[in-house]
Amino acid sequence: MTVPMRPSPSACPACAAAPAAEALAERALKPAQIALSLPTIHCSACISKIERGLNAHPGVRGARVNLTLKRASIDAAPEVSAEELRTLVEGLGFEAHELDGASLGATATGRAGRDLLMRLAVAGFASMNVMLLSVSVWSGAEDATRDMFHWISAAITLPAIAFSGQPFFRNAWAALSKGRLNMDVPITLAIVLAIFTSLWETVLSGEHAYFDAALALTFFLLAGRYLDHRTRAIARSAAEELTALEVPRATRLRDGVEAQVNIAELRLGDLILVRPGGRMPVDGEIVTGTSEIDRSLLTGETLPVFAGEGQAVSAGEVNLTGPLTIRATAVGADTSLHRMADLVAIAESGRSRYTSLADKAAKLYAPGVHILSALSFLGWYLYTWDMRTALNIAAAVLIITCPCALGLAVPAVTTAASGRLFRRGMLIKHETALERLAQVDTVVFDKTGTLTTGTPQLTNLAALPRRAVECALALAQGSSHPLARAITTAARDGGFAATQLSDVTEVPGYGTRGLWSGQEVRLGRASWTGATPLADTASFLKVGDQAPLAFIFADRLRPGAAEAVEALKSSGKTVILMSGDTTPAVEALALRLGIPHWVAEALPADKSARIQALSGEGAHVLMVGDGLNDTAALAAAHVSISPASALDAARVASDIVLLGNDLTPIAAACDTAQSATRRIRENFRIATIYNMIAVPLAVAGLATPLIAALAMSLSSITVSLNALRLR
Amino acid sequence: MNILTYLIPISLILGAVGLVAFIYTVKSNQYDDPEGDARRILSDDYDDKPKQ
Repeated sequence: MTVPMRPSPSACPACAAAPAAEALAERALKPAQIALSLPTIHCSACISKIERGLNAHPGVRGARVNLTLKRASIDAAPEVSAEELRTLVEGLGFEAHELDGASLGATATGRAGRDLLMRLAVAGFASMNVMLLSVSVWSGAEDATRDMFHWISAAITLPAIAFSGQPFFRNAWAALSKGRLNMDVPITLAIVLAIFTSLWETVLSGEHAYFDAALALTFFLLAGRYLDHRTRAIARSAAEELTALEVPRATRLRDGVEAQVNIAELRLGDLILVRPGGRMPVDGEIVTGTSEIDRSLLTGETLPVFAGEGQAVSAGEVNLTGPLTIRATAVGADTSLHRMADLVAIAESGRSRYTSLADKAAKLYAPGVHILSALSFLGWYLYTWDMRTALNIAAAVLIITCPCALGLAVPAVTTAASGRLFRRGMLIKHETALERLAQVDTVVFDKTGTLTTGTPQLTNLAALPRRAVECALALAQGSSHPLARAITTAARDGGFAATQLSDVTEVPGYGTRGLWSGQEVRLGRASWTGATPLADTASFLKVGDQAPLAFIFADRLRPGAAEAVEALKSSGKTVILMSGDTTPAVEALALRLGIPHWVAEALPADKSARIQALSGEGAHVLMVGDGLNDTAALAAAHVSISPASALDAARVASDIVLLGNDLTPIAAACDTAQSATRRIRENFRIATIYNMIAVPLAVAGLATPLIAALAMSLSSITVSLNALRLR
Repeated sequence: MNILTYLIPISLILGAVGLVAFIYTVKSNQYDDPEGDARRILSDDYDDKPKQ
């Protein structure tokens, strides 16, 4: 079910009533110049402190904090930079991140939501008023009074349906013009036929009119559609915020002058400065500087790689220790990052192969309803030779069978389930993701960044002499290299204090050195300290002429990784570990977590090929991964999950995003998905039972508007209540 | 039955007033930040309508 995007709901009655409101809305919909994400705000004091602080800044024209979205939108003079305001808010004591305004497409989503809400409100208003008149008719209004009530009902119903029913009419027309049938075709036919026969009856002072049924139908179906839209709008805006956190900007060097430019503006041959901690914006070649680069998101390798002049780097790699100047050799769609995305486009099939339960139901349902209604029309026409009776009964059949409950059955359950998972930190991005997740029997995990955090942890602290640790801490504490940071954290947690060293300098790409009472001390790579390399990840400390000491590291497990693997295994699913890292590293992790099947040194294409092979054997694969090397596999899998720390490309390719750091919700999500699917099927069954009772009545010509209204409301309410049982 | 001549228009007008009020609140972004608006009443700053 798609929600049509309409630029402006100009047909609404309030535009005439409140033109000022429209102008106000227009102004508010204009995107703010600067958006900041404020993840830690929680109370009214935070709001007023930040707003007061921002408004006090000379360049700020206006600032407004949104507590629901935890975001501030700021209208500022062009010379004010986002970075400036970010530091200002951080100075007030709040965590703040800049958001990329272009990635926050909330306006379009908001408009579609408002459009639906407006139509829902009009349908609700009209159906309540018409129901009031209908109740009087059912309780015995006669002759002129009844006719007048019918005419008033018609006067309310016609404009209300013309406005509220548009999403259905448009979808039905789109399907019919392509020669297909969807759920909206019987809906449209039922509404149109109900209004047509009711008008006819009204003109002839007839007894039965279905105005209330047509409106109630529109109202319930719009409610289903609005729920559906909201669920996805919440997921979409959270996903957009994740994307917007990565502001696509790079530092370009021109004649020695640094300038911040948009990545899209970079050209071949441009010189780009990448500071430690920054990500390569394009493919390039190192012109000056030595450093180490983290390629884990591209290849799955945990260990940083040495980078020196003349070496090629790819977009997406992270610079670790020293500043690098690179010359762009491929930009935009030519970068390796984008070529990887092309792999995704080829592999994109897990999702499109799947037909949702609602579509399956619609495929059976739509033709069935049409045939039934046409047959009852024909039967009654041949029996009575009276066009009016036959048409009335055909309309009654269409109204009674109309998929009110079906239209609510799926969205009500998905809304409840997605809301529940969202509170546990999972974002359901794709509409059929839950249904697909329920079928999963094989789970494939990536290693670096997924099961492990990708940050190393010092393992042999206890075995090292105290003075060596203190000396290493002194050398490591100033560096941003991941291994140095691991030593710093471990030593500080162990209660060590740094020794006094002089002349501490970092040699990018090699390590750090300093002087300790006249002796040179070095902490760094094996080759630089004269040590023999080990199989494990290690860093070496050399004091003077003594033999180098090894500091050994292991990759830190992501919280909940062990629990998630255990829970998945105990629920009878096959767990597989698939990584681009070296065999010993992968084997060690597989042993540590008790994963029986593992694959090491897998290339991106290998991963997706293996997943396709598994699917070929009839398995329903859940892929959990974060790197660029996983994107093709994520797209090829039946359903996919990526953590929030993943690259944008990986998050886009996956159906579900894990917002927290913890992996435990994965196993719980499978259970929730299964019970959600069970509820959806139950709801379909309820709708079918109700049809089995009501349809014979309608075909026999016994259905009055009262029976239709009762049956319709009852089934819709039962279905919604059943969906709420999920909580 | 003459009472109907008054009551029906009155019920319709009351309903329409509610509808117009609702549409006005939607159009003037009053559902954008329900949580923040609930807390803003506790703030001492003069803030009787959303600033842009």
